[in-house]
This record gives sequence, structure tokens and C-alpha cells, in this order.
Amino acid sequence: MTEDRKVAGTSARRVDGVAKVTGAARYTVDLSVPGMAYASVVRSTRAHARIANIDTAAAAASPGVLRVLTGQDLLTAGLTPYYGHVVLDHPVLAIDRVRFHGEPVALVVAETRREAAEAAEAVDVAYDELPAVIDADDALKTDAPILHEQRGERVGDEGMDQGEGGLVGNVCAIARVGWGDVDAAFKKAHLVLEGEYRYPKLYGYAMEPYNALAFFDQGDLVVFSSAQHVYMVRRDLARMFHLPLARVRVSAPYVGGGYGTKSYTKVEGMTAAAAHFTGRPVKLDLSVEEAILTTRSASARIRARSAFSADGLLLARDFEIVMNAGAYTDNTPLVNSKTANRCFGPYRIPALRVVARSMFTNTVPSSSLRGFGAPQGNIAGELQMDEAAAKLGIDPVELRMRNMVGPGEEFMPGKRPLDSDLRDDLRCLASALEWPGGTIGRSIGLGVSASDAGAYPTSTAAVRIHSDTSVTLFTGSTELGQGSRTVLSQIVAEEMGLPLGSVGVVSGDTGVVTYERTTGASRTTTITGRAVQEACRDARRRVRDLAAQALEVPLAEIEDAAGGIRVRGSELSYGEVIERWFGAGGEVLGHGAVRRAEGFAMMPPFYEIGCSGLELSVDRETGQVHITKLTTVGDVGFAINPALVHGQDAGAAMMGLGAALHEELVYDGEQLANPNVVDYRVPRFSDLPDQVIHLLAERRDGSGPYGAKGAGEGAGNTIGGAVASAIGRLIGVFPHELPATPERVWQLMRQAEKKKD
Amino acid sequence: MGRREIHLQLNGGDRRVEVEDQTLLIELVRGVGLIGTKLSCDMQVCGACTVLLDGRPVSSCTTLAIEADGKPVETIEGLADGAKLHPLQEAFIERFAFQCGYCTPGIIVTAKALLDADPEPGAEKVRHWMEGNICRCTGYQTIVDAVLDAAEQLRSAR
Repeated sequence: MTEDRKVAGTSARRVDGVAKVTGAARYTVDLSVPGMAYASVVRSTRAHARIANIDTAAAAASPGVLRVLTGQDLLTAGLTPYYGHVVLDHPVLAIDRVRFHGEPVALVVAETRREAAEAAEAVDVAYDELPAVIDADDALKTDAPILHEQRGERVGDEGMDQGEGGLVGNVCAIARVGWGDVDAAFKKAHLVLEGEYRYPKLYGYAMEPYNALAFFDQGDLVVFSSAQHVYMVRRDLARMFHLPLARVRVSAPYVGGGYGTKSYTKVEGMTAAAAHFTGRPVKLDLSVEEAILTTRSASARIRARSAFSADGLLLARDFEIVMNAGAYTDNTPLVNSKTANRCFGPYRIPALRVVARSMFTNTVPSSSLRGFGAPQGNIAGELQMDEAAAKLGIDPVELRMRNMVGPGEEFMPGKRPLDSDLRDDLRCLASALEWPGGTIGRSIGLGVSASDAGAYPTSTAAVRIHSDTSVTLFTGSTELGQGSRTVLSQIVAEEMGLPLGSVGVVSGDTGVVTYERTTGASRTTTITGRAVQEACRDARRRVRDLAAQALEVPLAEIEDAAGGIRVRGSELSYGEVIERWFGAGGEVLGHGAVRRAEGFAMMPPFYEIGCSGLELSVDRETGQVHITKLTTVGDVGFAINPALVHGQDAGAAMMGLGAALHEELVYDGEQLANPNVVDYRVPRFSDLPDQVIHLLAERRDGSGPYGAKGAGEGAGNTIGGAVASAIGRLIGVFPHELPATPERVWQLMRQAEKKKD
Repeated sequence: MGRREIHLQLNGGDRRVEVEDQTLLIELVRGVGLIGTKLSCDMQVCGACTVLLDGRPVSSCTTLAIEADGKPVETIEGLADGAKLHPLQEAFIERFAFQCGYCTPGIIVTAKALLDADPEPGAEKVRHWMEGNICRCTGYQTIVDAVLDAAEQLRSAR
């Protein structure tokens, strides 16, 4: 019916375009309701302490203050005062103890924003300090202070890769991957590489900081929030207030940047508690500094060994990973498992051993950030390919080619075989970068990755066909800027045989739309897109049924036509069928669901391919790196909207460059030294590479609609390793620690000179 | 603290607004429903809150409302002529020069000030002029392309 595609595969303009360029697009931060009060957070000034006393009297007596809340109030009221989608250990407000500098200790609710902020200053918290542990390696030591003597209840479901149980000390998560006889393989190797690699703690800086608006409507909790995963937040809130899921509504209007940082619950519990205790609608808007104190990404230290034969074949790899998880579990078990899966690369590895441990520390809790686990692990795995190539005298692209798995080949036992032709992608990349280069003073770095993406493939969607033949799509996927409303609209238009302008979208509101597990892991086009297809097909089936009844024609004689049906040589639009059946008015509803079955039976639902590289120069005087060229290959199976794919690749690669060259959250003692975007430097216009090329590889090999598969993370996952390898080839020493700041590069250049002497 | 009435030309219309001495310009514009102007870094480095004050781009998060007394203020809402978008807005849509859109109003307003001052900027000048605006989504190239497209559009319309 849609062999000749009209809408899917075109760079259709974004459906949110006019709203976003005119300033009309409404984000949670723009919402208000009559009678709204404002909340302000009191934060811990200690990294690790018992709370001896919280004196709220002065704050409560401040002008305009409605209520001052502490964790104890939540307990006393019988609420579940913790949240967490894997382990229920994150207090909404600290209870008895604080575990990081900046942790929410109390909440002040007042008539105005200013009154709330001023009263928050008046809350007096007395602490009995405890020894703190900031560094992940220190947290491993037997005499380290323990953050969680008692573990929270495990509440994660089947769909979450949680790693091992039986965790002790400060170990938040352990994941092991492996096969073959690693030790024997190392013994017979021609070349063994050994090194330690470090990836920094990062702040995603979604420009709309975390915020929420909460109120109770006849006993139902309603929360508007900047959340990515509205259904995950709904679950936390229902548990907290002991409400049925049906009586909690979480809605995310436009979201000002996500990148994973807005996955899972952040400020929604606090805001809803404020509404519960005051009986008023309450708004809580965090500042950027507070957002930094809410979620970061996990840093990693990886000891990696790789064994090669003389002709450059991988014999074995061995990774020992230690990550800094921060104070609470949040998404750490998943990030930890993904790091273990994503460090060794899409290669034929006869023997593998990976052990990843994530450690509780008295630092800001870490959670998801674009590609999680992949950028951290990729630098170790890919940089060792470059270092081995240099030692073996084999071209680094050729070395990768010799080891890379082909299309349909399994590289993780029991998992989906590779759904891509990564060798061909790498050839395209190398050619676009004019590998191996040759411009004096410049150097090329590149890398590949195949991430087990998509998360657990539970997704549903609904479409309503109206009596004027227009269609509304209902999806639980949230629009974070990635263009989900546009791409999903294109799928609807394609499936229903309608112009894009006839399709409306309602998204990200649990009170209205159908279930969607998450908006993350690059899943929306692939998994939600399949649910949308199914919903459209269901709706068309119903239209045929109605037509058969209304026209009194056998069902077999009714065929689909563009925007309607064909029967005995004449065509009727959807609207005409609806009106014939109902007599007046009416509509048709279609529902679609996908689950871990059929095309998605095998995990992961798809691999997200990373294949990007760059050319750079280094200022010999200052160590400053300049990117002269950036190239990405978007291996997306089929680009339903090519311009949106390029946008995802460009954004991911630029974020990768930020981490590779500038970004790092630094702890100075027990608190962050740079919790603001002056001192934490994200890429700016001046960091734009001189030349940017985005390529597409479309082989219809994805499990999504029309052979599509996800984008949004891959292009960034390899950038850290690519920057390090390019710098290494240029200056003679490979950086093992990111970001490659001017100072670090300068130091490495001195090292390289010494090596020569 | 003092309250006073100020008089400004907001997106071309005369407007009298009562403000406190400490009211920030962003509070003023958002307070009258012009929610396109966004707060982010609150430190004058991200540009999301940019408005034009007397034709010059300023960070409204760190500008007092009283500074706008007697002056023209232009926000993102002032660019389109009814349903007819400004060439910058058209170009941003055409070039996919935004994703989440949170930084977009500030970026378009900053770019408008550039094109008002220099109708024929090169790519280098655009990059330099826009240095005070952060975008976390796009990677910047499409924004530079859109501003150059809009400049050409405005020149040919003259």
C-alpha cells in the first residue's frame, strides 16, 4: 500500500517549527496555574553527615511562607519518602543523613519565588559530620566510610539490566561479561597492550533546568514536568503517595533539552510533596547550579588489556572498570552494565573478560547521559586499537577491518547479531576524512562502536481518525528536540496515506496518551515508530470493517486507498466511511502495541552504530586542540527524516567534542569546584569545526519502520577516543585521560620530547 | 524597596509597567506573557534570555527592568509580522537550526541584531557574533547556515 513512499524518507519541516522560532512553544518552566505557590530547596552544606536538627521556625515565620517541609514530614505523613526505578534509595528530602554536598534537606513553600528563596536561607540545619569518600577508588577500600549500610528495596523490573546481586560495601553495581580462556590467550599473544583510561564526570546542561508544577485535582495528582520518561515518573509518584497509576498524571510539554539527563524522577517528588502539604499548586524551578547538583554522568577509570597476534588479530581483551556512581543508585546499574557491554567494540574477540564496578561516593548522584557507558568504555577499547596499530605497524583502519564483525554476525553470545555493515561504514568514514591524511601539522582520528540500544521494547500508540479524515496520534514519547513529533507524524502520514498537515500529535502526558516505557536509548523512531505503524494498521482495519457494514459489501471487496478505502471502483475517504457508519459525527480509534516478540524478540532491539572521526591540529605552544574537520556516518537503516538524523549526529558529535576537550565536573575536596556554566565550559560557536560532513548509510537493516534504527548517541560515542587517537598520532603520546585540555596536551608534548631524548 | 512605573516600547507597542527597583528585565517581559525569552545560566553566558534593548542584544537575566525605561525593547515575539515569519525564523525552520528550541529565541534575537548592523556578514563573523549564545542540541553549523541564508534573503528583498 505504501511501496512508493511519499512522506517517510523526506526532510519534512519540523511540526514544532513555527512554535519554536516564534517563542510560542510552551515548556514546563512557562506554565502557571491560578493560586500557584513557589518552592525553594534548602541544600546540604556537608558531603556526609547526620542531620542533628533542622530548625525551621525562622523560615516558617518569614513573609509569605506557607510551609517548610523536611524528609521527616514525609515519613510522618505515611508517604513513601524514597524514589528510584531500580533501587528505592533516593530520599525525596534527606532523612536523618545527607550523602552529598548539595543534597535537598528541606523545602520552603511560599507565595512568591523570592519569598521562598529568602526563607530557605533562614532554615538552620545542624550536622554531625561523618567521614566522606569522594573518589571511586577510595570507596573500594575496606576502611572507606560506607554510604548505605542498609540497601534500598530493589524495585527494578525484568526490562532493566541490573547486574549482579549480593552487593557489599560501597559497591552500587557489578556487571561481568566474558567468554573463552582469557589468561591462556594472553600467554600466547604476540603483542599485549596494557593501559589505564579515564573519562570525566559530566553535566549534560540541558538548557531548561529541572522544574515541575504539581497540584491535586479531586485527589488525583497532576504533575507537569521537564521529564523524559513520564511513565517512569508516574510509577515513582504513585508509590510515594500510595495512589493507583490511574490517579497520577505526569505530563511533559516541550522539554528544553534532555540527552538522558531528564530520564527518571528528579524534582517531581519534592514538588508533589509541596502540593500535598500546602493544598496549593506548587512550582519548583531549579537553577542551573542546582541542576548540576541533581544529576551528572558517571566518570570511569578503566584498566584495559588487549592481546593481538602478529598479523593484528585480537586474541583476547580484559577490562576492569571502576565508575563513580555518586550518592544514590538512580540509573547506575544500567549505566554500569552498558559500560561493560560497550567497551570492547564490535570485534571478533575469542576470549573476553569485563568486570565493571560502580561505587557509591559522597558526590552528586550520577545517572543517564547520552550514550551512557559507551563514551566511557569506548575510549579504552578503541584507543587500544590505535595503539596496537602503531606497535604492529598496521594501518589503524585496516586493523579494525581485520577484526570487525560483519553483517549478521554475533559478537555478544545470545544477543542480536550485528544489524549493520560496519566495515562499509568505516570505509565511507575513512574516505570522507581522506584517511590517512597527510597535511603537515594535522592528524585524523576515528572510531567505531555498536551499542546495545533501544532499552526494553515495550511501546504502545493510538491514532484517532476524525470525521474530516485528519488523524491525531497519541504517543507517550516526549519531544525533547530530537524531532519525535515530526518523525512519528511522518510515519502516520505514510501509513494512512495522508499529507503531513492532516496529522496532529499529542505526546508525553500519561493522563491522555498510551503507555511508553521511556524516551531514551535512541528508541523512539525504531520502537515507538513500530507501535505507531501498528496503531495505523489497526485503525485502517477498523475503517474497512465499518465500510463493509455501512455499505453492506463483503469485507474482501474493500481495499485500502490513500486516505481512505476503495470499493467496487470508487473511493471513499476515512471521513466518508465514518459518517456513513455513524450517520453523523464519529471517529475511529486504532491501537498499536509492540513487545519483546517477533522483530524485537532478540535483545537488543537494535545496535546503535557509532562511526565518526575528525581531523585536528594542536598548537605546539599552548596545547590547544583545534578541530579542522568532523565527519559522522549515520548508519540508521533508513532515514525517515534525513535532516533530523543529521541533527542528531551533529549534536551528539559536538557533545562528544565537549567531553573530549573541555568538560569535566571537578571536586575540590568535598564540593564541586565548577558547578556553573562559566567554569564548566560547554562547546560554543567558536568550537565549531572548520568543516562538518554528515553522511548517511541506509541499508534498511533496522528493526524499525521501513528498516529504520535509532540515532542520537552513536555519533558522539566514538569522539573521545577519536580525539585521543588523533592527538596521539600527532604528538607521539596517546592521551589516556579526557578531557584533553590544553594543559594536559602540553604536558604530553613535554613527555613525548623526553621520550625522544 | 521602591516601586515605580516605567514606560517602554515593547515590540513596537507603548507599554507602562509597574516594577520594583530589583525587577529584572526577564521578569518584566515574561511577566507580561512574553514567555519566548528563556532563563538558563542566570550568569550572562548562555544567551537564552537575550532581548534587544535599544537595538542592542542584552542578557535580560542580568539587566534591571528600570534600565529599559523610555527605551525600545524587542523580544522574539516581536519578529514575526502577524502570521508572516521573519526571514530568520523561516531560515531556522528550513535549515533545522534548532532542536529542543529552548535557546532558539535568544539566538534568533541575537542574529537579528547582527543582521540589523551588518546585512552581509560572512560565516566567520556570524560565529564570532554568536559566541555569547549556547546551543546544546544542534552543534551550531545549521545555525550559522540559517543566519547566512536569512541575510541573503533580507538583502534580496531590499
